[in-house]
Amino acid sequence: MLAPERIWWKPLHRMEKSWLIVAFSWCVLLTIMMPLWFFYGRQNVPATTFRTTPQKYQQQTTAFIEQYQVDTLNRLPVVAPPPDSDIYLLARQWQWTPVLQLEKGKTYRLHLSSTDVQHGFSLQPVNLNLQVLPGYDYVATITPTQSGEFSIVCNEFCSIGHHLMVGKIIVTE
Amino acid sequence: MATIAMPTPGDKATFRTCPVTALKVDLAAERLIIANAVAAVVFLLIGGLFALLLALTRWQAIHLLPPDWFYRILTGHGFDMLVAWMVFFEVAGLYFGGAVMLNARLVLPKVAWGAFILMAAGAVLVNVIVLLGKADVMFTAYVPLKAHPLFYLGIIFFAVGALIAVILFFATLVTAKREKTYEGSMPLVTYGLVAAAIIAVYTLLSGALAFVPTFFWSMGWIDNVDPGYYRNLFWSFGHPAQQINLAAMVAIWYALAAITVGAVPLNEKLSRSAFILYILFINLGSAHHLLVDPGPGFLWKATNTSYAMYLAVLGSLIHAFSIPGAVEVAQRRKGFTNGLLEWLRKAPWREPGFSALVISMTLFGWIGGVTGVTIGTEQINMTAHNTMRLPGHFHATVVSGTTLAFMGLTYYLIPLIFRKELKLKKWASWQPYVFGFGMLLVSVGMIASGLQGVSRRHWDITFAGAPFKAAVPSTAQLMLGIMGIGAIIAIVGGIMYLTVVLVSVFTGKRQEAHRLTLVMEQKNPLVEDAIAVVGVEVDEAVAPKGTFVIVLAFLMFFVIYYFSNWWLLGRSWMIR
Ligand code: HEM
Ligand SMILES: [Cu+2]
Ligand SMILES: [Cu+2]
Repeated sequence: MLAPERIWWKPLHRMEKSWLIVAFSWCVLLTIMMPLWFFYGRQNVPATTFRTTPQKYQQQTTAFIEQYQVDTLNRLPVVAPPPDSDIYLLARQWQWTPVLQLEKGKTYRLHLSSTDVQHGFSLQPVNLNLQVLPGYDYVATITPTQSGEFSIVCNEFCSIGHHLMVGKIIVTE
Repeated sequence: MATIAMPTPGDKATFRTCPVTALKVDLAAERLIIANAVAAVVFLLIGGLFALLLALTRWQAIHLLPPDWFYRILTGHGFDMLVAWMVFFEVAGLYFGGAVMLNARLVLPKVAWGAFILMAAGAVLVNVIVLLGKADVMFTAYVPLKAHPLFYLGIIFFAVGALIAVILFFATLVTAKREKTYEGSMPLVTYGLVAAAIIAVYTLLSGALAFVPTFFWSMGWIDNVDPGYYRNLFWSFGHPAQQINLAAMVAIWYALAAITVGAVPLNEKLSRSAFILYILFINLGSAHHLLVDPGPGFLWKATNTSYAMYLAVLGSLIHAFSIPGAVEVAQRRKGFTNGLLEWLRKAPWREPGFSALVISMTLFGWIGGVTGVTIGTEQINMTAHNTMRLPGHFHATVVSGTTLAFMGLTYYLIPLIFRKELKLKKWASWQPYVFGFGMLLVSVGMIASGLQGVSRRHWDITFAGAPFKAAVPSTAQLMLGIMGIGAIIAIVGGIMYLTVVLVSVFTGKRQEAHRLTLVMEQKNPLVEDAIAVVGVEVDEAVAPKGTFVIVLAFLMFFVIYYFSNWWLLGRSWMIR
């Protein structure tokens, strides 16, 4: 609180030194956990991104729906794409299109983008969350490990209808 | 008993001498401190009212506000609390640490008033526009959601005012040094504020880079602002701004420890190096908000989110030891040497500055710090981004931690700066416990519901009217209820604080302070306990053994929480 004498460069007490060593080691461990998981973990943050435009992304999604549509649900198209393909999910105020029907244990390249404002992709109850931006085509390579019905909640505020924006992914055995 | 000190040659400032601390107080600085502190409290009051409305809406059983007002009030709450309350209080703190603590005059008080008016005008403008429903964009204002141009202009006014205040603080330090108003090194508290101010400069500049183009865009002068770059720039402002709060809070922790038990930093070198770590690494933290954004790759994200190598976290871990350690050594020197924890049991628990210090440190570290590092881990962020875990984390840091520390300090500023007798001392003694307990429930309720997937900034977890439902587990509903109950308790704590402050300021007897403490027997631990030990080596009898055990327990908790989150992530779908 008061101004100390000029020289405050003093050796550390034994306990301070021990804590410093323990704390620093913990920081090192925290640091190496991320690359370790990057190489050995099965859940990593997708990094593939392409520039896009709302028009282009809209066209890609429409073509994708036309190609693989199998049904309609609540006036939304349901598409069942084959494994290992590029699948498109389009976010706009306040809807996720289309409904995706995937197979458990199969891998897909999921494209995410928006044609208006920012949205949030929140897969529930798996609880996986990604940010969706207009102008950016974000590609996540995903493999569902459970079957059942999953919801996509929008978890980035996207104006007044934000809480109405819920989509669906169906995973079959 | 105020005496007007002789002004030093060349300055026209008028001083009084504080009878308790013997500090020379520049009256112009004093008036500015009062104005900024009052503005801070006013915005805390408005933001607190908003908080109650929000919590009672998210508590699904009550679901108070309609959606448009929920989002509107949320925008106002974020701005009034995180920006207005915090920054006004910090400016008061800068003038206090720069002028008062160094016996110096504040340079250019007229300009400082200009800065104050600019900030106040900006903050009022933002509130008006938000309440008129012209800026339902949240305080983050992510483009391309568009608000009324005056919203951005209000923020820019506020930021420019704050930048001017920071520059005046630096000028005051230089003048103090030149006019030799203090001897030896700058006190640690001021040193911490310098760290905060350095961070503030580059923070406010990033803020300008984010908001000025956005303002132009809202006026139609430019076509678009890239949402990805905006997020990066916004968080280069928004994240380091939290570190200003952090550095200011840590400085106040050292001050409260000194005021209430006469604690002296165990090792100035260590504590000061920790502040340097903040300055150097904390700006990388903007990446915390971009971890699951399209664009940057693993290396960029991992390096930035970890502050190079968790070196800013190391800074906090150092303070986590050195502040309680300093308290322990001070207490042991008074003879409380039995066992590991007698020093803590015999501490002045009724002194609001002490309880505020302990509760602030505990909630900040154990809840805020641990959850922050965990959700800031690149991969783990996928399970946390934009869920209620986020507000849960920062209601432990910036609310239970910083806000409570600011509240604790205010009680001491009333006699020392406002020169009013503190009224309702009993309320002041209880207030940190009530507020702290309420906020504990708020943050735990938020974190636990977020762990179950509940989104932040979301009006309706029953999804009525949506094409599909997302099943929200009943345990998550229960957690939101706990958050709501905690909010009511915390609001009571907030009202207690505001009542003590307002009643003292408006009805308290005008008097010179004659003691530093508020309810303790001891009048001035700073003089009675501290002076004698400056520079004395810590010997075995008074070594901080209790603190060592406490920090090890903390680390155990940290390790368990951190690794259980990796385990949770490992159960998720495969994603790359
Ligand atoms: C009694 C005290 C408080 C209570 C009960 C409270 C409650 C809440 C609630 C319920 C939310 C909405 C969470 C959501 O749905 O996303 C919220 C958001 C927030 N609060 Fe508080 N709060 C309090 C004090 C504070 C203080 C003192 C600060 C800052 C210093 C603060 C900063 C924020 C921020 C930045 C947000 C996020 C706004 C956004 O998402 O745009 N709060 N608070
Ligand atoms: Cu949305
Ligand atoms: Cu949304």
